[in-house]
Amino acid sequence: MDPQLSLLLNGIVSGLLLGGLYAAAAAGLAIAFGMLDIVNIAHPALMVAGAFLVVVIGTTLGLDPLLVSLLIAPLFYLVGVGIYTFYHHFFERRGEEALQGLAFFFGVMFIVEVGLVMAFGPEQRFLDPDYAFITWRLGEIDLPLRMLVPAVLAMAVVGLLILWLRRSFTGLAIAAVAQDAEALRLMAVDPVKIKRLAFGISVALAAMAGGALVVVQPVEPSSGQIFIGRVFAICIMGGMASLPGMVTAALLFGVVENVTATFYGPSWSPAVAFGWLLLVLAFRPQGLFGKAA
Amino acid sequence: MTRITRRDLGRLVLASGAFVSPAAMGQGANPIRIGYAMSLSGGLAANGRSSLLAHKIWQEDVNARGGILGRPVELVFYDDQTNPGTVPALYTKLIDVDKVDIVTSPYATVMIAPSMPVIMQRRMCYVSLFGAGVNEAFKYDRYFSMNVAGDDIKGTYGKGFLEVAFSLPTPPRTLSILAVDNEFAQKAAESVRHLGRQRGLRIVYDRSYPPTTVDFAPTVRAIAATRPDVVFFASYPPDSNGLLRAISELKVTAPILGGGMIGPQIAAVQAQMGPILNNLVNWDVYSPEPTMNFPGVAAFQEKYRARAVAEQVDPLGNYLQPFAYAQMQVVEQSLARVGKIDQAALATDMHANEFKTVVGDIRFSALGEWAEERNLFVQFQGIRDGDLEKYKKPGTKVILYPNNLKSGTLRTPYGAPA
Amino acid sequence: MSATTIPVTAETAGPRNLAFWGGAIGIGVALVVILRLIGNDYGYFAGYFVLQYVVLASAWNILGGYAGYVNFGAAGFMAAGAYTAVALRKATGLDLIPGIVAAAFVSGLLGLGTGYLTLRLRGVFFSIATLCLAVVLQTLIVNWDYVGGSRGAYIVNPLEIPPFASWGEYMFIVMLVLAILTVGIARAVEHSRIGRGLQAIRDNERAAEAVGVPTLRLKLIATTLCGALMGVAGAPLPYYSGYLNPDAAFSLSYAVNAIAMPLIGGAGTWAGPVIGAVLLGTLQQAATVTISSALNLWIVGWMLVIFVALAPRGIMGWFRKRR
Repeated sequence: MDPQLSLLLNGIVSGLLLGGLYAAAAAGLAIAFGMLDIVNIAHPALMVAGAFLVVVIGTTLGLDPLLVSLLIAPLFYLVGVGIYTFYHHFFERRGEEALQGLAFFFGVMFIVEVGLVMAFGPEQRFLDPDYAFITWRLGEIDLPLRMLVPAVLAMAVVGLLILWLRRSFTGLAIAAVAQDAEALRLMAVDPVKIKRLAFGISVALAAMAGGALVVVQPVEPSSGQIFIGRVFAICIMGGMASLPGMVTAALLFGVVENVTATFYGPSWSPAVAFGWLLLVLAFRPQGLFGKAA
Repeated sequence: MTRITRRDLGRLVLASGAFVSPAAMGQGANPIRIGYAMSLSGGLAANGRSSLLAHKIWQEDVNARGGILGRPVELVFYDDQTNPGTVPALYTKLIDVDKVDIVTSPYATVMIAPSMPVIMQRRMCYVSLFGAGVNEAFKYDRYFSMNVAGDDIKGTYGKGFLEVAFSLPTPPRTLSILAVDNEFAQKAAESVRHLGRQRGLRIVYDRSYPPTTVDFAPTVRAIAATRPDVVFFASYPPDSNGLLRAISELKVTAPILGGGMIGPQIAAVQAQMGPILNNLVNWDVYSPEPTMNFPGVAAFQEKYRARAVAEQVDPLGNYLQPFAYAQMQVVEQSLARVGKIDQAALATDMHANEFKTVVGDIRFSALGEWAEERNLFVQFQGIRDGDLEKYKKPGTKVILYPNNLKSGTLRTPYGAPA
Repeated sequence: MSATTIPVTAETAGPRNLAFWGGAIGIGVALVVILRLIGNDYGYFAGYFVLQYVVLASAWNILGGYAGYVNFGAAGFMAAGAYTAVALRKATGLDLIPGIVAAAFVSGLLGLGTGYLTLRLRGVFFSIATLCLAVVLQTLIVNWDYVGGSRGAYIVNPLEIPPFASWGEYMFIVMLVLAILTVGIARAVEHSRIGRGLQAIRDNERAAEAVGVPTLRLKLIATTLCGALMGVAGAPLPYYSGYLNPDAAFSLSYAVNAIAMPLIGGAGTWAGPVIGAVLLGTLQQAATVTISSALNLWIVGWMLVIFVALAPRGIMGWFRKRR
């Protein structure tokens, strides 16, 4: 194969795999931020907290990180319910979620990150399952399982979530709550309850993303910072309330980043990715895949 | 404030077996106070905290011997949070308010540089830790650096790496360079670029990457596509992990691969990478080879390793930790010779004399750097797993350069099945 | 500006302004005198640390507090100012004071640019856009070798600077003057028609537009002013530390504090950011030299959470209620 073509193909494939990790990281946020209008900037920090817990439990019990991440998801669900209850009581109920709510999550992000430093020290932690050292080769294309397995898990979880949101009554109620809370009330559904449930799920997804992150790279308490910009960018480009849009945006984001890195060097890839987002925001604020308001 | 109180000192003295009652110690004690800022939180905290442990061990050793000039030593330190903005205020606090007798530096260039104006204005004698070329800009005559880099980073840093490369049976012709966007890595890359051109290498890839990079596969693939004979990386953790993982996943091979990666010196990375490190040729500062068995270093590492796990720092102490200990030894030996706390006299003494430390005998140049640079290039050999015990013994990380410390022979290429 | 104020306030505005400026200058002079009497440089450096946050928080408040547009990119504007000062010095040899003026100009232009973004972006979208702007700016600076790139830039200061007692005192007085000017400007904006227009935008932008408030012009004024003042806060930074690298200039702590301080003090009032900056800045400085650990940042996080939960209008809100 032509070497340039091989580079391009591999750039695209590795970008798709990277996009899978981004989708895992952004999935919870697509619910919290996209559907519930809760600007949870602490989401990446919670993801890293999940990653640390995965490393500790996985190392002690000798379990696979992705399995552990699914096991601790219920715990994170409860954490999410707790955070939402606090948030609702102090901010949403008062109608002060815009500025104060934002500041609240800013504070939560700090507390989580610094709390991790105090509990685990600043050293990086890791837990590698055996398959993370295997690479599949399809002709000229490399598929490292280190990237592939988390991406597949993310896609599976997001896929199930999409099905559930479309098919179940509760799922439909979540999708509806951001649009018209009053209508839900008429249907005898308490929007607060629905939002609490949905936010719990969103934080549980952070635990899943933490497991994916552990497989991909070692984690340190500040690992979440480099994801903040990216996950919000992905949610916005995906058109907010749409999970399929989010996944598409995540994959595109990964591909743009990696193809830029392949041909123009990695130093410009963040500027290209975020410059692209700025343009989207300026000219198509409803996102690439959102419907015009 | 986390300083070691006199009572702690007393306990330590007791613990170390010297039969001095804490009260007696307390009465006569007019401690020599050494002040500094150190990154105990934030991005540099891993190295900052392990340096602090090395300093504490030095303090205990010194006090067990009766202190310096008959006075016990007290450490006064603050957390700079890896935020250079906090540094000037902390050093004015240390010097003007706490009135410490001696100041030493925080860890690494980005934190040392903001302390320099404060230090210079007060004409303090200053021994720094792992700064690179800080004094090129300031030219302060009382600055001394505990780092192997020497005066001329551009002219010397990459020498050993290329020397090793040119010892191959077929001389290399092409070179690739990838460096993270930070000050030390860029200086390292500049040196290799400069020296590589001098030796007639063709540079086939030369780029930087931002520390926020998550996936290194596309970059590594682009480098591999240029088929370089010599592959040079200057990276920081956790990027070094990402790079090495991508290299092993894409099965990249090259006659010489490595360079100035920061990470493979650290126990966590050694444990995670295991055999991926085999045949990597990398910059280093210390390796427990017979050629580097300087007096005192083994004893120091034994004490360090006994406490490292409880303190949540690097469990091996094969990197900057002996240098942090040596940094304080310079202060100690100079104070003992001068006989009083006199900043000008201390600086004169440090310029004039040789120091016997756990990292070897050192002299300082006019700029305060090591008079003779000692950048090591080591190779990881015969690694089968991530077990750390082997890094305590010779033979795992053999020294290829410089020749007077050489302890093994080059194995090539990188990426050959072990 | 005073010509356009409503007559009722115009009568009292004169003496009140006089009282403000008199008070501010009085406090400033008193601070300098006290620190000179104490006679050690630590006071100056710690004071500088707090005062830079007074400027930054007041600047953030003009856009965030008055108009309700949350700027996540404070560090970006600040770094733009700092690097303008570095570039100017390298290009022309002009130092601190011209650097501050140039920084105000460059960061102001940048602010004007973000102002046009508000044409289309509201609420959190605007916030994310400012975050992106900071990332793009940082990438540009890192790849711009003229100002040192990722290696950073050194600025060697003179050791003596008559008539000031020390370099520390000089830096402190410069920042003190900047802080007083910034607070004065913020206060003038708040009490002018611009301020009331911005508040109308915050309460309901569409309604404000409908009743003829020139929303775009007001927002452009606010973003420009906000950007310029943040640049001003950053310009002395390389002179303060003698060295500047992108990590330090774009430090997350500036972005966090720029938001936390006005909120804790009371956003939307000129005094709120001042109170927040003095309180939180002093607390951080004190924590750094007492409980030296990560605990310091932890406290900021908890304070922020507790304050926004229990005192949504900040400390200023308590006073309002009592009255």
